[in-house]
Amino acid sequence: MTEDAAARSGSIEDSGGEVRHVGNSANPARETEEVAGRIRETVDSVYRSESRRVLATLIRLLGDFDLAEEAMQDAIATALEKWPVEGVPANPRSWLISTGRFKAIDRLRRRSRHDVALASLADRFDESTTSADLVDEDGVGDDRLRLIFTCCHPALNPDAQIALTLREVCGLTTEQVARAFLTPAPTLAQRIVRAKAKIRDARIPYQIPSRKDLPGRVDSVLHVVYLVFNEGYSASSGDSLTRPDLSTEAIRLGRLIVELLAEPEATGLLALMLLHDSRRAARTSSTGELILLERQDRSLWNRELIDEGAQLVEHALSSRRFGPYTLQAAIAAVHAEARDAGSTDWAQIVGLYDVLMRLEPSAVIELNRAAAIAMRDGPERGLVLIDALLEAGELKDYHLAHAAKADLCRRLGRKADAAASYRRALALSSQEPERRFLENCLRELPGAGQKDLRS
Amino acid sequence: MKYLCLIYENENAWNELSKEQSDGVMAEYNTFTEEIGKSGHLLGGEALQPTASATTVRMRNGKVSTTDGPFAETKEQLGGYYLVEAKDLNDAIQVAARIPAARNGAIEVRPVIDFSQQ
Repeated sequence: MTEDAAARSGSIEDSGGEVRHVGNSANPARETEEVAGRIRETVDSVYRSESRRVLATLIRLLGDFDLAEEAMQDAIATALEKWPVEGVPANPRSWLISTGRFKAIDRLRRRSRHDVALASLADRFDESTTSADLVDEDGVGDDRLRLIFTCCHPALNPDAQIALTLREVCGLTTEQVARAFLTPAPTLAQRIVRAKAKIRDARIPYQIPSRKDLPGRVDSVLHVVYLVFNEGYSASSGDSLTRPDLSTEAIRLGRLIVELLAEPEATGLLALMLLHDSRRAARTSSTGELILLERQDRSLWNRELIDEGAQLVEHALSSRRFGPYTLQAAIAAVHAEARDAGSTDWAQIVGLYDVLMRLEPSAVIELNRAAAIAMRDGPERGLVLIDALLEAGELKDYHLAHAAKADLCRRLGRKADAAASYRRALALSSQEPERRFLENCLRELPGAGQKDLRS
Repeated sequence: MKYLCLIYENENAWNELSKEQSDGVMAEYNTFTEEIGKSGHLLGGEALQPTASATTVRMRNGKVSTTDGPFAETKEQLGGYYLVEAKDLNDAIQVAARIPAARNGAIEVRPVIDFSQQ
């Protein structure tokens, strides 16, 4: 995997020297250099905009991820050789696809000198595809969906689904994915190799699911996007609160899915991500400290993202086929409308949580609902609910449940209880900015001295 | 492509069924087997006697050793299998999901190696 990544960037950088013979003006050397630079730029930009589509189609044509990746690298290298001489083709994408396919057949033929099976495979590819297949625009859109559904196939390990999607669909290198998830690169490469082997050996098909299977399969695709976004928005561990690169990838992926697939929940998820992302600048202080929603400087919220998100929410809601993502987006939209925490329409938020609970009951949603009720009806009412939730056990090790309880105790003036809950939350949290935030809360409790902090 | 669908179930649960209930389940299996025969999926399949009847055999240092019982004690036991021909994993999953035991137990779907393609 690592080599692929190197080859991918290398093939663009290194092959520039091939263009020596072009141009016949007074200063051929300089002109040649300029042409080479322009061609390299063109290939670079075609690579950025088309490589994922080219790869998705090559995987369909060749039926093999690794062979398709090699074929694409070959095609790019060939483009750097030929385009300076022959000019950039009218349709660079289909040029790259058909060149990639020929290169793959070539590779198979070379490897197959001693292998009859490979030779017949090469023959099959040679005969099976006409050039009409290669340039079909709808087909290309479908290929990207096929790639998404294959990478997010529920028969693959969930971690592998995420890694494969980021690598194959988004074009991140193995190293980038590894860094984003704080996983050693060899571990991640291993995960990808295993997933590709399973796709091949168990014959996970490269296809868009049938109508009947679509809802369940869309769920697992959206879940992958949601997990990527969440890891970017609220990193589960490490020094930094957010990893914007992952959020950006998730939003890009979300847009792609909305573009390719008319599913209200895909629209709802995109809205949810945009509305959360709109608060990014307000969520942390200049020193990297976490700032809670109610204390955020709302003038820092990104209005453009809010407007787009709110529009998408309405669109998804009006379909009447919405689900949990759309409802969460609707809640985020209500927050976005309010000038401050006090003037938020908490009754509407509680109502949306009620619907969400019916659709997808979970302890975390119940916790959020309890916090909203505390805002609507006062801290006592919220505290009763949170105590009951902690009692039930499922959330007893969830730091945010204890932090929420601490906050309500603080508002009720129950300092000792608040301090105890902040300490419990602190003991359970492994993310640095969050820990500093909780330490701050503890320090700011009226009457809480250094002694409290240390105990 | 061939897939082996291994049926895992708590075999004790079977004993707790009334005659009527177990007849019902058997009828379901018969219907299912007939259906996947018609659709061209069925290559073979058998039900197994409970693990109490199992003998585990090993050859060590040239000597055969036999032990009473299954290879591993598990909460759910291998109780039978279907060998099916399916277009791809999605097709095989669709077949496996219709095996009556999928509702209480679990079906492990394993692709079969085709040595002629190696």
